[in-house]
Amino acid sequence: MESKELANKIRVHALKMANSGGGSHIGSALSMADILAVLYSDIMNFDPKNPKLETRDRFILSKGHAGAAVYAALAEVGFFSTEKLATHYQDGSDLSGHVSHKNVPGVELSTGSLGHGLSVGVGMAKVAKMDKKDFRVFVLLSDGECDEGSIWEAAMFASHHELDNLVVMIDYNKIQSLDSIENTLGLEPFKSKWESFGWSANEINGHDHNQLKSNLENMPSIESKPNVYICHTTKGKGVSFMENSVLWHYRCPKGEEFDLALEELQQKK
Amino acid sequence: MRDHFINRLTSLVEDHPSIVLITGDLGFGVLDEFQKKYPDNFINAGVAEQNMTGIAAGMALEGKIIFTYSIANFPILRCLEQIRNDACYHETNVNIISIGGGFSYGALGISHHATEDLSIMRSLPDITVIAPSSYWEVEQATEAIVQNEKVCYLRLDKSSGRDMDNNLQQPFLIGKPRTLTDGDYCTIFVTGGILEEVWEAYDSLQNLGHKIRIVSVHTLKPFDKTAVIDAAKTTGGIVTVEENTLDGGLGSLIAETILDNGIRPKKFLRIGLGPGFSSIVGSQKYLRKCYGLDSKSITSKVLKLISG
Repeated sequence: MESKELANKIRVHALKMANSGGGSHIGSALSMADILAVLYSDIMNFDPKNPKLETRDRFILSKGHAGAAVYAALAEVGFFSTEKLATHYQDGSDLSGHVSHKNVPGVELSTGSLGHGLSVGVGMAKVAKMDKKDFRVFVLLSDGECDEGSIWEAAMFASHHELDNLVVMIDYNKIQSLDSIENTLGLEPFKSKWESFGWSANEINGHDHNQLKSNLENMPSIESKPNVYICHTTKGKGVSFMENSVLWHYRCPKGEEFDLALEELQQKK
Repeated sequence: MRDHFINRLTSLVEDHPSIVLITGDLGFGVLDEFQKKYPDNFINAGVAEQNMTGIAAGMALEGKIIFTYSIANFPILRCLEQIRNDACYHETNVNIISIGGGFSYGALGISHHATEDLSIMRSLPDITVIAPSSYWEVEQATEAIVQNEKVCYLRLDKSSGRDMDNNLQQPFLIGKPRTLTDGDYCTIFVTGGILEEVWEAYDSLQNLGHKIRIVSVHTLKPFDKTAVIDAAKTTGGIVTVEENTLDGGLGSLIAETILDNGIRPKKFLRIGLGPGFSSIVGSQKYLRKCYGLDSKSITSKVLKLISG
């Protein structure tokens, strides 16, 4: 599936899942849909029929609250039926609000508490280096998550161990749970922070599929350095009244708001 | 116990090359031989326990048998959530080694008193919690947890009780308490190196004509209840001894087992640490005396309970 089509499907699924289950974090799912779509359409090596394929690239969603988008991507690329998505957030479902691996093929790691995914990804990348395996590890972080000290512990370890098979994508939508990043804990100068930790850092437009592809196809951009792509994104991307709004971190799309959002996304098909 | 652990671990790498020992920048002089012999199986993760535990889970998910290593509370409390979410929930073979259970580092202050660890760790799902009471049990446990494909917390102590030269030669099986002596005056269930105090109490009581049964509860989770049921039926009472808070540790485990199974020991007493922190500085032996965990205190408490 072409990445733009996949991105739109992820958005529509995520919106419907938030609506039917009464879930939140739709803004976060929408902001990273393009990153996810490019990874699953054009970049990562995987086999939906063999989810534990040894040579597969590993993907970890460290910002587990946007799990709906990952479930949607996995279903669309064939790991499981898209019908299962309707169970999201429901009683007895495997598809919890924060991404979970149990009974969900394709999910490498259950997350939900921020600041965990990078260390686990670093451990996987370290094993690939130790055992001379070719797989790569992709970890998607949120910007607010970078408040966690554990992120920077992992960042130090990754560069010290020269894990150039590790790729971090940061969904830099500049809004966290209660307020903007700027008003909470400023991250700038963000790129130079990562560079000073020994990473190859690039700033890109996280909604521009061509830019995402051309960057990710050429990694590692500097040999022996781990890679971070600071992806400038818009929270709530694709639904005009959700864009750049703190409100849509937690608000659940219901009634007319849901209808309007769905209509807008479907027009963009 | 530390040296017995690391020596046994070193001897296991040849047969289990996927073992990786990760230290949180502790073990000066102790880990040298392991590192020299197996440099590719050794990582110093630096002073960063959260990351150490996260990478441990990631490496275990890729098939490694991981040992994280630090002292007292450091490998468990700072990174408790990484243990719970990343290691336990993903059913990984991550083994967390804490050197210095209880008051092993008594003189270093409360930051180094590992006195709630057994309670905290046994509350986690999908975890094995082991606190060996002798050098022999340390070696047996080290070998057993390599093959036990679950998260394990291994609490090692500076002190140690005597074992194979003076017991009923019971094997070490994860989850199965070992009866070290037979007797019917009462049964003492003990976990960890404080077994050395219990042995002294045993000798004192024997001199008074009282033969006690000692049961080493080297594994707090999982736990086989058979020895508790038998002790309640056939001995004069049950006493538990632990260098850990009374809130949720060995004494709680035995009390829960008794109540859950509807059995009634003739007498029951938990010996361990009461409320509050220890702000007193001192050696392990000294602090045990301060808090009534030494052999004399155990002896007098047992006499009072059973004969008093």
